[in-house]
Amino acid sequence: MALAQAKRAATEARLEGLSLPASGAWLAQARGAALARLSEMGLPGRRDEYWRWTDPTTLAAAEAPAAALFDDGGERPAFDKIDRVTLVFVDGVFDAAASDDPAAAEVEITRLAEAGAQDIHWAKDLYGALEARGQAPVARPFAALNTAIATDGVLIRATGKAAKPVSLVYRHASETSDAILHHCVKLEEGAELTLLESGPGAARFSTVLEVEVGDGAAFHHIRTQGRDHERRVAAHLFARLGAESRFKTFTLTANGVLTRNETVVELTGDDSVAHIAGAAMGDGGFHHDDTVFITHDAERCESRQVFKKVLMNGAEGIFQGKILVKPGAQKTDGYQISQSLLLDERSQFLAKPELEIYADDVQCSHGSTSGAIDETALYYLRSRGVPERAAQALLVQAFLAQTIEEIEDEALSEDIRTRLEAWLARRLG
Amino acid sequence: MLEIKNLHVKLEEEDKVILKGVNLTVETGKVHAIMGPNGSGKSTLSYVLSGRDGYEVTDGSAVMDGEELLEMEPEERAAAGLFLAFQYPVEIPGVGNMTFLRTAVNAQRKARGEEEMSAGEFLKFVREKAKALKIDAEMLKRPVNVGFSGGEKKRNEILQMAVLEPKMCILDETDSGLDVDAMKLVADGVNALRSEGRSFLVITHYQRLLDHIVPDVVHIMADGRIVKTGGPELALEVEKNGYADLLAEVM
Ligand SMILES: Nc1ncnc2c1ncn2[C@@H]1O[C@H](COP(=O)(O)OP(=O)(O)OP(=O)(O)O)[C@@H](O)[C@H]1O
Ligand SMILES: [Mg+2]
Repeated sequence: MALAQAKRAATEARLEGLSLPASGAWLAQARGAALARLSEMGLPGRRDEYWRWTDPTTLAAAEAPAAALFDDGGERPAFDKIDRVTLVFVDGVFDAAASDDPAAAEVEITRLAEAGAQDIHWAKDLYGALEARGQAPVARPFAALNTAIATDGVLIRATGKAAKPVSLVYRHASETSDAILHHCVKLEEGAELTLLESGPGAARFSTVLEVEVGDGAAFHHIRTQGRDHERRVAAHLFARLGAESRFKTFTLTANGVLTRNETVVELTGDDSVAHIAGAAMGDGGFHHDDTVFITHDAERCESRQVFKKVLMNGAEGIFQGKILVKPGAQKTDGYQISQSLLLDERSQFLAKPELEIYADDVQCSHGSTSGAIDETALYYLRSRGVPERAAQALLVQAFLAQTIEEIEDEALSEDIRTRLEAWLARRLG
Repeated sequence: MLEIKNLHVKLEEEDKVILKGVNLTVETGKVHAIMGPNGSGKSTLSYVLSGRDGYEVTDGSAVMDGEELLEMEPEERAAAGLFLAFQYPVEIPGVGNMTFLRTAVNAQRKARGEEEMSAGEFLKFVREKAKALKIDAEMLKRPVNVGFSGGEKKRNEILQMAVLEPKMCILDETDSGLDVDAMKLVADGVNALRSEGRSFLVITHYQRLLDHIVPDVVHIMADGRIVKTGGPELALEVEKNGYADLLAEVM
């Protein structure tokens, strides 16, 4: 199908002056293929159904709109009490001096920028592969763009249990930075890894994370998306799950003028489990979009989506979540809930939950609600002496609690809970 | 302790007048009971005193220990020592009972300029009070009132009262929905709190509760007013003859 002229022009404008980063043969090939995919799809515009509620213009623009640096007032960084291996990227550029020795994680870690020259056979089969699979039935052009021109990232392979979580820290230092990182994680049979991501990254930040979870392997992913008010993010997470594997991802987002988080999970091995959760809190100029696509293609798998948003002062929240159950994926257990708490009438939440089921013996449910704070509960708390704002904060925490419960590790869930409480205390203290 | 004068209240949203000049004085250290037919305005009176939205005070005052309650926020009234045990306790999913209690106690202490209780100290304090009301540790961990039986909710109200140690306690039909043993527990809980400095306003339909919590004064409320005031014998009269004769006499 021929691309509309306007789309082609926009895509060409975005690519103008960019060249594929120099890389060795296998990587150059993957990048070239991604570029071809992109040229066929074109970058999204306002008319695309998948972008009906989120305007992709600034993500697609040739230049990243500037984003002021955020003064966090000395707030403690995410995960700082967690024993982890930290790898730091400043505006998308790896900062070796600020990073830990990757070897301490006791898994293979290679930087994408250095991988091209090496023959990393497992990465060859993964880089851009899950992204390419994820392009149907819905196109994800920003992910293809990322695969083509990502400048760096990490390639991680684990054959056993990682000694420590790997923590990717994304700092934002320049007001006009435009960063593109691409990571791959390959968990061999029975391997286990926790991956942490934190920080705003850049004025405009694109990430793709491709995760192959082998049979019996377990992947835990906790992400906090930084607090710079004007930063823009398009993040893609593609995962493929083997038999009896576990995959859990949780994202906490506070602030940010634009965030689009796409999560695409394929359950291809029997008895695997995928939990995808997110808590987002926005005050004022905040647009947050969670777009999820789960494909059940094996028997007795469980998928669970839990997304909650707290919106105030005109903040906007979007949820598009789909569960596709393929023929033969019997005994599928699919659950999806998306809810928003609107603290005023100017804020809004739009949700599009979808189920598409081609197997007869499955259990799938979905629900979406949007509402104000419960006035009766608020009065009850106040009648016991809790001041109005503190009572509101308590009810907001209660609302978000279900998402945080999705984090298995106690120390990590405590870290997230503390950050959330601090954010609320600043707004409702 | 509490002096309500000529209190007139209508619904904010409609032109419906509910309280039509309530006059009521509760002395310090005393237990007053209010009885009255359904819909006479007893719960409305308790809500207005505690500061619930949706009502408009068109006339009158309610002064507690020299302070005008009607001008205070609900949390200020609580910190000043007012407590309402609700006829219909509210469920709050996601907020643990213990967290709720500790937040409330510490908020009130802070408002009064007192030191907050440490977590350990508080736990011990609450456990003791809970034990007396046969509220187990499991119930303390659960979200506030969620999935509690009717009787458990009422006992939880009394637990909050015991923990917050207010000076003016209003109990709105705390006895309804309680089995005989639970009623005894609740009454014992209330009696344990009776003291020289603490007053009670007990709203009830049944003499049964007043056998356990013997009131000093009994008021009859009808159509938004206190129409009769007397001693404990007034409650017995209601129990025996209903309201018809009583109301015919005063109207
Ligand atoms: N929010 C409201 N909207 C409409 N009517 C109300 C509202 N609140 C109270 N009322 C009405 O005001 C009157 C008094 O109600 P209230 O609950 O105070 O009575 P009560 O004496 O506590 O009755 P009961 O013994 O049944 O508990 C009733 O007719 C009730 O329907
Ligand atoms: Mg009532």
